[in-house]
Amino acid sequence: MNINRSCISLHKSKNPFVKDIITNPLLYLMIVPLVAFYIIFCYVPMYGAVIAFKDYSPGVGIFKSPWTSELGFHHFKDFISGPYFSRVFGNTIVLGFADLIFGFPAPLIFALMLNELKSLKFKKICQTITYIPHFISLVVVCGLLQIFLGREGIVSDLIALFGGERANLLAQPQYFKTIFVASGVWQEVGWGSIVYLSALGSIDPGLYEAAEIDGAGRFGRVWHVTLPGIIPTIVTLLILKTGKIFSVSFEKIILLCNDMTIEKAEVISSFVYKRGLVDMDYSYSTAIGLLNSVLNFIIIFATNYLCRRVSETSLW
Amino acid sequence: MAVRKESLGSKCFDVFNIIFMVGMITITFYPILYVAFASMSDSNLLMAHSGLLIRPLGFNLKGYTEVFKNPMTLSGFGNTIFYVGVGTLINMFVTTLGAYALSRPQLWIKKYVNLGIVFTMFFSGGLIPLYILVKNIGIYDTRLSLLLPVAVNSWNYMVMRSSFAGFSKSIEEAAKIDGANDFQILFKIALPVFGSTLAVMVLFYSVGHWNSWFQASIFLRKRNLYPLQLYLREVLILSNTEAMSGSANTGDALAISETIKYSTVMISTIPILVAYPFLQKYFVNGVMVGAVKE
Repeated sequence: MNINRSCISLHKSKNPFVKDIITNPLLYLMIVPLVAFYIIFCYVPMYGAVIAFKDYSPGVGIFKSPWTSELGFHHFKDFISGPYFSRVFGNTIVLGFADLIFGFPAPLIFALMLNELKSLKFKKICQTITYIPHFISLVVVCGLLQIFLGREGIVSDLIALFGGERANLLAQPQYFKTIFVASGVWQEVGWGSIVYLSALGSIDPGLYEAAEIDGAGRFGRVWHVTLPGIIPTIVTLLILKTGKIFSVSFEKIILLCNDMTIEKAEVISSFVYKRGLVDMDYSYSTAIGLLNSVLNFIIIFATNYLCRRVSETSLW
Repeated sequence: MAVRKESLGSKCFDVFNIIFMVGMITITFYPILYVAFASMSDSNLLMAHSGLLIRPLGFNLKGYTEVFKNPMTLSGFGNTIFYVGVGTLINMFVTTLGAYALSRPQLWIKKYVNLGIVFTMFFSGGLIPLYILVKNIGIYDTRLSLLLPVAVNSWNYMVMRSSFAGFSKSIEEAAKIDGANDFQILFKIALPVFGSTLAVMVLFYSVGHWNSWFQASIFLRKRNLYPLQLYLREVLILSNTEAMSGSANTGDALAISETIKYSTVMISTIPILVAYPFLQKYFVNGVMVGAVKE
């Protein structure tokens, strides 16, 4: 390595970091914008989250705002013992789990079924079309839901056709979770299958032939060759998806929910938005948000640990 | 090859599979088709109609002309194009430089920075501290508030870094011996090789900007800075079409407001649908690398 040798005279410092900067100044220059971004927009807000333990007011500033009572945990206690806790917490868990139970296997099953199609051309068409919803904006998807599920919408038309009563389904709390989860699956099932299809493509075709010679039927081949071949992908995605249980997309909740459905629709993150940015209750909502972040963090670590114990595959 | 004996069950499954797939295509595509038909329909006929549409009812592009007559749509369109263009440029600049440098094995600081980035994917300060930060650094209610806080997407960064990790060390060293510096190596040698990864990144980032509305809704007050999606939200979700159909007489106003909704959806979605087929072949590269464990 001539470059390193030519620079050796410069290496006066013992510090490996300083040494490295002298050797690769341009590489360090390249990471400046990236590192600046993460410090300013990710780590400074993490520091800003201390207002969860304070009574923040914008005029006084983060640093000077006074700490709250109960060792700073006043807002946490306030939330947990408050009337909204069971509602938003319950909704978050139910929506998170429903999304996991239906949203996780759907792309996998879809990919397996695509994989069984004999005509490659048809397969390609199916893929092309089912990827599209992923790229449609949430605003448009929720707008479509309002149009189709409204009183004058297509679904009401069909219900009326079979003698039922017209209704705005989005105003009926009992349907909210179904609509939320189903539209999520609709939007992501095709896109989610890409990863699996790509993993399926890397399975050794010889294994299928061997399985066939051993007398495995079509289902047997899927069970004994295909699935084991993509287990690492499945586990990785399962961990990632499980880690999101507590971070239900509040954007979609905000767009879809209304006064009628709010009781069944409000989740932790949308509650943070409402209390923080609509009611301007900064410290209280930051506390709730922080609680949510910590829960997320614990969940993903726990899932990762479990996966490592039972399947050898894990994120780290 | 052994002669494959197709069992009856297997054949039944094939038939079922094809029916299932046709069903999937219908469920996915029909809603979009419906909106397209409805947007081109005569608004009064559309009001009277109930049930599925299999073609436009009559033919009338009044919805579209109304949308384009509205100054808010036009400014929303202009703003969105600005946010997509400039935003994606910033994204690509920061992500590419950072991902390349941090993919170089010799970089001492690499593992610390990566750890710091991965940590932010699982833990964040939350919405409110970010909001306070944006206010404090003076970019609140400016265009920058939609560009800087999303300058890097960690997931995209990971995809790019693992692509660049495949860039051979020996090529890099050979270029250095020939006197190239790191920037020249990146722009003249590495980037041309990773064209498809870059294409996917541009696609992901620009679709992200095109579809983003939430940030604008919390960071922007001035209506003349609103992106199209925020405006769409007013029309579609908050059903605020009165402002748009001011030119129509009152009897038709309700009817035309429906067509306006459909036309607005089409106008905001068509650019993505048009760009999409050209980029589709690159998707797999982009999605895969990120999901593969390192």
